[in-house]
Amino acid sequence: MAVVLVLAILVGFYELYRWIWSSAGWTHPFVVDDTSMPHVWVILHALWQPAQVNQPALGTILFHKSLFTAKEAAVGFALGAAIGFTIGVVLAHSRLLTRGFMPYIVASQTIPILVIAPMVVVWVNPKLPAGLQGWGSVAVIAVYLTFFPVAINTLRGLQSADPRSLELMNSYAASRWKVLWKVRVPASMPYVFSALKVAATASVVGAIIGELPSGLQSGLGGAILNFNQYYSIEPQELWATNIVAALLGIVFFVVVVAAEKAVVRRAPESTV
Amino acid sequence: MNEAQPVVEISSVTKTFAHGNVTALQDIDLTFRTGEFVSLIGPSGCGKSTLLRVVGDLIEPTSGTVTVNGKPARQARADRDYGIVFQDSVLFDWRTVAKNIGLPLELLGWDRAKRKQRIDEMLDLVELGSFGDHHPWQLSGGMQQRVSIARALAFEPALLLMDEPFGALDEMTRERMNLELLSIWQQLGSTVVFVTHSISEAVFLSSRVVVMSPRPGRVAGTIDIDLPYPRAAETRDEPHFFELVTQVRDLLRKRGEHLLPEEEQALAEAAE
Repeated sequence: MAVVLVLAILVGFYELYRWIWSSAGWTHPFVVDDTSMPHVWVILHALWQPAQVNQPALGTILFHKSLFTAKEAAVGFALGAAIGFTIGVVLAHSRLLTRGFMPYIVASQTIPILVIAPMVVVWVNPKLPAGLQGWGSVAVIAVYLTFFPVAINTLRGLQSADPRSLELMNSYAASRWKVLWKVRVPASMPYVFSALKVAATASVVGAIIGELPSGLQSGLGGAILNFNQYYSIEPQELWATNIVAALLGIVFFVVVVAAEKAVVRRAPESTV
Repeated sequence: MNEAQPVVEISSVTKTFAHGNVTALQDIDLTFRTGEFVSLIGPSGCGKSTLLRVVGDLIEPTSGTVTVNGKPARQARADRDYGIVFQDSVLFDWRTVAKNIGLPLELLGWDRAKRKQRIDEMLDLVELGSFGDHHPWQLSGGMQQRVSIARALAFEPALLLMDEPFGALDEMTRERMNLELLSIWQQLGSTVVFVTHSISEAVFLSSRVVVMSPRPGRVAGTIDIDLPYPRAAETRDEPHFFELVTQVRDLLRKRGEHLLPEEEQALAEAAE
């Protein structure tokens, strides 16, 4: 309920800002008109209109494009999460490896994704089997954005296990493996899931950005590039695409939250 | 087993920390026999918890040897010869009460049916029969500690190590837990080593009280508690109970050590 209320308030602010700036004729920070800030209803209405003659409605087209992008993001997210979790588990068992590799893992994220994306497409795409051509390399870019928060938080989560519970496991002469699966991994779950929430939305961003240098037209990234060129004529189409992209990110986030509710059994002290 | 058979033999155990600068334990020689209920009592810093952990092989002594059931402590831990209860219950939030109790049984490789049967027996023993499906956070502190005791006893260890198990409970719960622990101990006939800083608790529970003194941790003396079992709440009103409390207190005082506030309180309570 609160979510709907906040949405209404935000829309209200948008339209209020638009009304004040355009009626007062203010030009700072930018000129407000139908191009820079189309009306909310114009944006929504665009979803029901065909973008081009003899085509289905923009909403239908964007729905199919977002399914394509969702596939890239989902595969990238799943792979990235698995890789990140594995890195976290390995590093949690060796201080030497942590000290040796952590600076490079961090450094990997300081390289702008816009630099990485074209290289990945050039390197990875030719090696992929026919079924993965194009979208496979975009998924790799989503992996690149996903693995990092998961690796960092898994490591932290595994180290967060209560020292007393480790002492208890020690009294049972439990092996490292048993301690990992019965204590450290369950203790890490809240940390892992907060990383997965970040990674879920990052994987969608990664997929969209990955589509730009790949020249893929089937996904939201292609649509954004395309509508960007016609912005001065039909700004509402880019706005509508942005809304669909945001919705896709939200869907990913909500799926992770639902998974967390199913998996993490904790004292009911914190929610999302 | 013979009544006089030693379960724990501690000989000339010394433990130093901080590169030998802090002596936590110095030349400890003690023997605990089958079926005994021994309390280790002393002010903070006397090394009573350290001694318990040395017996459990959770801390290695700097010098000296510990034998449990005729084996080196390391081997006894590997053979799961003892169960341990800490001041905090150290229950896992993500496991139900029943699964918390079953944890050591899982580690021992018991099959599901056998585990369930034992868990039910243990739940009955600690009178939590209907709480198996609850999660730890739904229980009171006293109930959580009963779960912890059930877990420690689940695989029927001959030796039970308890580190101030009731220290965090209120006085009334504590006295009730004392009675319950005595009844469990008498049903199972195990050997208990019990760390406490409450004089009345030590005298009420134990067949023998080992008084320790701090800096460095040494044995100040041992007092046999010849109050007959079974003991009841009324035992605390007997003149002989007070005589024994006084003996323990004198032994603590004789070392010229200042008592901590909680010990003063324990003295005051014992005197009432």
